Amino acid sequence: MTDLTKLTLAEARDGLAKGDYTSVELTEAHLKSMDAHRNLNAYITETPEKAMEMAKASDAKRAKGDAGKMEGLPIAVKDLFCTEGVQTTAASHILEGFKPEYESTVTSNLFGNGAVMLGKANLDEFAMGSSNTSSYYGNVVNPWKDKSGKDLVPGGSSGGSAAAVAADMALAATGTDTGGSIRQPASYCGIVGMKPTYGRCSRWGIVAFASSLDQAGPMTKTVRDAAIMLGSMAGHDAKDSTSAPIAVPDFEAALSGDIRGMKIGIPKEYRVDGMPEEISKLWDEGVAMLRDAGAEVVDVTLPHTKYALGTYYIVAPAEASSNLARYDGLRYGQRVMDEGDSLDDMYMKSRAAGFGKEVQRRIMIGTYVLSAGYYDAYYNKALKVRRRIYQDFEGAFGQVDAILTPTAPSAAFAIGENEGDPVKMYLNDVFTVPASLADRPLSRRTAAGSTADRQAV
Amino acid sequence: MSSLDKETVRRIAYLSRINVSEEGLSELAGDLTRILDFVEELQEVDVEGCEPLTSVADLTLPLRKDEVTDGNIQQKVLSNAPMTDAGCFVVPKVVE
Repeated sequence: MTDLTKLTLAEARDGLAKGDYTSVELTEAHLKSMDAHRNLNAYITETPEKAMEMAKASDAKRAKGDAGKMEGLPIAVKDLFCTEGVQTTAASHILEGFKPEYESTVTSNLFGNGAVMLGKANLDEFAMGSSNTSSYYGNVVNPWKDKSGKDLVPGGSSGGSAAAVAADMALAATGTDTGGSIRQPASYCGIVGMKPTYGRCSRWGIVAFASSLDQAGPMTKTVRDAAIMLGSMAGHDAKDSTSAPIAVPDFEAALSGDIRGMKIGIPKEYRVDGMPEEISKLWDEGVAMLRDAGAEVVDVTLPHTKYALGTYYIVAPAEASSNLARYDGLRYGQRVMDEGDSLDDMYMKSRAAGFGKEVQRRIMIGTYVLSAGYYDAYYNKALKVRRRIYQDFEGAFGQVDAILTPTAPSAAFAIGENEGDPVKMYLNDVFTVPASLADRPLSRRTAAGSTADRQAV
Repeated sequence: MSSLDKETVRRIAYLSRINVSEEGLSELAGDLTRILDFVEELQEVDVEGCEPLTSVADLTLPLRKDEVTDGNIQQKVLSNAPMTDAGCFVVPKVVE
């Protein structure tokens, strides 16, 4: 029998429909793979019992002729999505033991369409990071190694999701992307990650980081799989007032492969100094592939690119400082309190013990840029620059249908690299952040190839 | 523009309601100053006549009827609380 964990989502869907195997068999195969790859630490919480229950129910549903779009397909769920009755931590100590009483809209859509949950995937704490090293539950290891066999980061924040898919521990996984958290780990682990346009998927029930930027999307083995999964995740939701009230098209049917006559833009500002040759070479190869397929490649300019990171690292922490104010040690999560403590003492001790270093830094930067006397100089200024970045993209998309860029300025780096200096880690988001701020649905990455080190890019 | 001193960091930490030790304050002053230096380059951008962009969602916030749509879930609301009593959250004493 074929190894069921090697299948793509589309192949597994079709095999289930033909009766080649059952969801129970498919799910068991993935649970075994999770056992075998536990050293990668891709999951914070494994839910094998729930998975088997869901798989059995799915097989029964199919037998009645009632199969959904994701029927019987086992997936990983980033531990930022609230899942009813299953611990949801956001990779933070402050939410350890938190069991939501409700289901996020995205997971509810997926499960409604028949998907089976294998477990909750690891991530950077509160999705703040580019290496998955800030998780309270330990870092994730990239299934790919460098030439010397050294362990690499899987990228972040959706590092557990990316590693789980790359190591065949799930057919696909959900991710979320605020400044690159789907695209960069997908790139580092050699899978497909898609950040949909803001509003395409409901944010309801996703632990909030920066609400004007957060967006859920699929992490899969192929582009077709991403189209299938996004179709199941997306849709308008009255519980998220920023979710787009427009119909969800059939993304899979739109994959014609025909790009003849399409105009593809290449932004010159993305040719940054010191970009490794293997990245620029792959980029050039991508351009050649598109040209061979009949697309017209043109140069475009996004003049405010160099200001995108600075803008992002004001806007995102500002929104985070407000969103994370809810962790107060009262309603859910960890509480630290000693005899005779005041309410303030309890807040301050609980939040000091519950949040990791990077999260604390971002809350404080966000608090500072929103505080009286600094609001205009920092926050308001950043929002105005964000408008400029938006205008750049508007201008470019007046000329072209899509833009092709690298995802990150390097391939996956070693665990422990880029630590110690917060700014150094932020630089990794240089190519993903502009599109987040301007939000255009150009932010898809596909497996382009591998570097000389045989790492995925 | 700004190098944050320890007292400023102490104030930010308090506004953020995060307890920080004395040594922690110095370390944070360094980290936060690095981050502020990094975002400093925004000051050179000409934003004359530019409206702030708070969200890319091109939507007017929808209104709905002002009516009760859920409720009667006291147990669910309290189920994750660190401390409850008689159907209420328990907080430290706030009035003398």
